[in-house]
Amino acid sequence: MIYLQLFLSFLQIGAFSFGGGYAAMPLIQEQVVAIHGWLTVREFTDLVTISQMTPGPIAVNAATFVGIRVAGMGGAAAATAGCILPSCLIVSALARLYLKYRKLAAFQEILGSLRPAVVAMIASAGITILASALWQEAAVKTIATLKLDSVFLFAVGVFLLKVKNKNPIFVMLLCGLLKIVFCRLTGMG
Amino acid sequence: MKNKKKLWKLFLSTLYLSTFTFGGGYVIVTLMKKKFVDEYHWIDAEEMLDLVAIAQSSPGAIAVNGAIVAGYKLAGIPGVLVSILGTVLPPFLILSVLSVCYKLFAKNVWIQQLLDGMQCGVAAVIAAVVWDMGKEVVEGKNMVSIGIMAAAFSATCFFHINVIFVVLACLAAGILRFWVCRLRNQKKEEEGR
Repeated sequence: MIYLQLFLSFLQIGAFSFGGGYAAMPLIQEQVVAIHGWLTVREFTDLVTISQMTPGPIAVNAATFVGIRVAGMGGAAAATAGCILPSCLIVSALARLYLKYRKLAAFQEILGSLRPAVVAMIASAGITILASALWQEAAVKTIATLKLDSVFLFAVGVFLLKVKNKNPIFVMLLCGLLKIVFCRLTGMG
Repeated sequence: MKNKKKLWKLFLSTLYLSTFTFGGGYVIVTLMKKKFVDEYHWIDAEEMLDLVAIAQSSPGAIAVNGAIVAGYKLAGIPGVLVSILGTVLPPFLILSVLSVCYKLFAKNVWIQQLLDGMQCGVAAVIAAVVWDMGKEVVEGKNMVSIGIMAAAFSATCFFHINVIFVVLACLAAGILRFWVCRLRNQKKEEEGR
């Protein structure tokens, strides 16, 4: 019952990702890479890359991408439905309550405790992606097996984003193009 | 008839916003405000802010949640269905096409190198996001928040604890914190009298 599995996995992603955008990333990684092995870390990173360049929330993008790869169009539909069902129920209920009572201070305060944890979880998922980027396919992860051009690209990326305030999509594309240039220059690949 | 027209307009608006909004949920919510509040005058500004707060503090994608609150406010459950369809359709179609092409061109050496390089870019983007968000938490100088951040990081990064448990634990901590604050305030009020 692959459809049900996809539906339930993405249901959990939809129900437990608070904070939008990157907040869903650690949950998607856990379900799709760690628990079910539907994607490799590499494919997952490619998915994050694609999500950055296309419109739409990462969770919906992931649901479509993973669903199609695992079980075709039906899989994509099942995963997407799972991913938005919790939102539908919870947000509609809250909107109804709000329009009736218009007081949600308690809710806001409780969620204040969640925000620091969301930052931490994004950091953890980011570290997995960073490791995959810096060591590529190296089996042993030591300083000696570090890919130096990747370290350089990562540093350039952080510099452009933090110091020059460049657009993330521009930075990602630049890193990709620079990598091609490096490979041409060094005659690899 | 008028209602049908409104639903159609709602569908087209969400479809348009979802297709052309790059850069995540916070951007789309801002554009929704522009369209529904400033352009169509369907929702007043203050109410929109509260609805956005609901969208942002509920689980799930902010873009989808934003579409749901706007749809619900404008046309009830039919509005919700229509705006969800409008929001989900563009990424669904785009990713369907891409996931098929992806298989075909993932083996191409140039594409492979491009994706390799972009992976470093993605890592940099995430690092920058974490830096900004983490700085905000640290600068808040609230020891409980900083403690939660440190604990959640070690739980997920070193002990590989399922993130769902981390989320549930933090929600429980938030409820506890809320009650403690409330009891304290009550006590203060009583002492004040």
